[in-house]
Amino acid sequence: MSEHQVSGSGNLLDAEAVRKEFGGLLAVNDLDFTIPERAIVSLIGPNGAGKTTFFNTLTGLYKTTSGRILFAGEDVTDKPPHAIVKAGVGRTFQNIRLFPQMTALENVLVGMHSRLKGGILGSIVGTPRVRREEREAREKARELIRFAGLGSVDDELAESLAYGDQRRLEVARALATEPKLLLLDEPTAGMNPQETVTFMEFVSTLREQRPLAILLIEHDMKVVMGISERVTVLDYGEKIAEGTPQEVQKDERVIEAYLGRAATA
Amino acid sequence: MAGRGQRSRASLRGYRGQVASSTGLHRVGAAWNQLPERTRSLIPFFALLTIAVTYPLYVDSLPTNVPVILTFPDMHSAVTILVFTMMAVGLNVVVGYCGLLDLGYVAFYALGAYTAGWLASGQFQQVKFHFGSVGITHDARGIHISIWLVLLSAAIVTALGGIFIGLPTLRLRGDYLAIVTLGFGEIVPQFVRNADNLHGFDLTHGTFGINPIDSPGFGNRLHNAVGLPVSYQQEFDADRLFFWTVLALLLVTIFCCIRLRDSRLGRAWIAIREDETAAGAMGIPLMRTKTWAYAIGAFFGGAAGAYIASFNSVANPSQFNFNISIFLLCMVVLGGMGSIWGVVVAAVILSWLNVEGLANIGSWLNSNTPLNFEVAKYQFGIYGVILVLMMLFRPVGLIPERRRKRELEEGTRGPLDEPIYEMRGADEPGAGERGAGGNIPRG
Repeated sequence: MSEHQVSGSGNLLDAEAVRKEFGGLLAVNDLDFTIPERAIVSLIGPNGAGKTTFFNTLTGLYKTTSGRILFAGEDVTDKPPHAIVKAGVGRTFQNIRLFPQMTALENVLVGMHSRLKGGILGSIVGTPRVRREEREAREKARELIRFAGLGSVDDELAESLAYGDQRRLEVARALATEPKLLLLDEPTAGMNPQETVTFMEFVSTLREQRPLAILLIEHDMKVVMGISERVTVLDYGEKIAEGTPQEVQKDERVIEAYLGRAATA
Repeated sequence: MAGRGQRSRASLRGYRGQVASSTGLHRVGAAWNQLPERTRSLIPFFALLTIAVTYPLYVDSLPTNVPVILTFPDMHSAVTILVFTMMAVGLNVVVGYCGLLDLGYVAFYALGAYTAGWLASGQFQQVKFHFGSVGITHDARGIHISIWLVLLSAAIVTALGGIFIGLPTLRLRGDYLAIVTLGFGEIVPQFVRNADNLHGFDLTHGTFGINPIDSPGFGNRLHNAVGLPVSYQQEFDADRLFFWTVLALLLVTIFCCIRLRDSRLGRAWIAIREDETAAGAMGIPLMRTKTWAYAIGAFFGGAAGAYIASFNSVANPSQFNFNISIFLLCMVVLGGMGSIWGVVVAAVILSWLNVEGLANIGSWLNSNTPLNFEVAKYQFGIYGVILVLMMLFRPVGLIPERRRKRELEEGTRGPLDEPIYEMRGADEPGAGERGAGGNIPRG
């Protein structure tokens, strides 16, 4: 699994001068961003810094204004979201976006869509191949739900799960897409400090047990400091600092733009 | 707010439980609940199926002076009812599963009917092509293909039509899609009305329509070998044959739709209905998946259209009103969007009302009460009232889709109840709570 087709730079993801404008508003300003294989990196910045916008351009939800995104050596700039998922980018959403009226198991099965083959005729006739695939997919989905630390919730509707469990289910669903890169958009938003700690421990285990790289978005710097190998700080769509958590914490511009503001709040 | 609703519902459930336990019905209910779920769902199905299959055998001995409804539908009406049911089940794929509001489904009906007209009638006098056709003379001009093949071809042609309509329109969401499909539903009948002179070529025979259209049948060889009817129209109990055939077609439709719902594709449809953006971000190709919903919905609509054209032996533009699209949509909404059995029940009821129910009820009212008005004239007003009442008291439909029923029973609502389409207005928390009140809670 860890044998990916690697781009020239040896990075899993290479974003070159990505720019995104909404009308007159410049949300992401010529951002260069890389993610090495199997790394945990974080993108932080105050609210409105362009983090989620950058995320959405990575995952194909927005079209870039200019720039280029290479993933595992493949140019995925402006490809539709499903193609980017297929290339190996899985994501969660800042405001949870599960399929509320589907069960936990079905949510995870939807995540597997791009990895399954069952066609229309095969499904209607119920060929042995489709049945087997379906059975195996269910088995695997159950495992993923366990892996995400959820109890026996397989047949519960997603909307009836507790908030923290919904967050975990979203991760399970993203893992079902078999990502090489997992994008977590403010995964601890709305969690209390204790839940946050437990969740971040889960993220660490995730990286140890699965061959993937993780990109975290956070506006709360404390959350990502312990876990990240590299932190990139955005403000007004521009990269203002990049480095290890320690380096970033000392950076004057970061303190001014970010921690300074947080301290007065 | 959700918490409060949950508690009051829990106490309501407790109260109902006490009432129920004091009756003998409760014991029957308990025994019923102990049956395996599969048996529980199959028993009503086979009971209804038996009633339906044997219907032609006992319909003549049914009483003809029933209060309110007067008569039970005769064979001819029953065929029409089932054809509309088949269309409603097809539309359910588009609206109920995939959440695409289609106000122009009649276009598929028309396309299916005209394909039958083109492939199984004397419309094209320029050519003479026979293939497996029954009940026509050997020198009849025009294209005459076996109706069984025509049904399949019409379904495929219509599915292609669905793809053709879908590709440009399915990029739109919600209301915009509804408006565009509305347009297509109007364009198709207009087109067939005016396509009797395309640079001198008569494609649709204008307002007169195409007729006669060949009848289904099995031909002389199968007749002699196993006694199957040569041609339905030539049999004296033709309507019975048409009835059994459409019943079989409906069962096939239902079977396919259930299998698809539980497949990878069906999950993708429901995911799109639930949250299109998230579905895309989970690897579902939105355009392709939605187009498939359209094509499959159209497939069954086309087959049903071709069948009814063969049954009535005619396809003409006046059959394809905008009303029909709305009428079919009513069936889906009334039955419970996404719920096959709900849609079947609602479709049977509504098309019966349409075919003869309202007229019967009207004449019963006029002769047994001081009222004097033609109920059938107010049919759309009546459907409107039915829909409004449904939305007020049972917004999830007659037989809610499994997942929605569970939602009502559990009475839980997470933070995820933001509606995506206007069509899902039935899901609003307030309405849902009232619906739960009118529903019989389990246990």
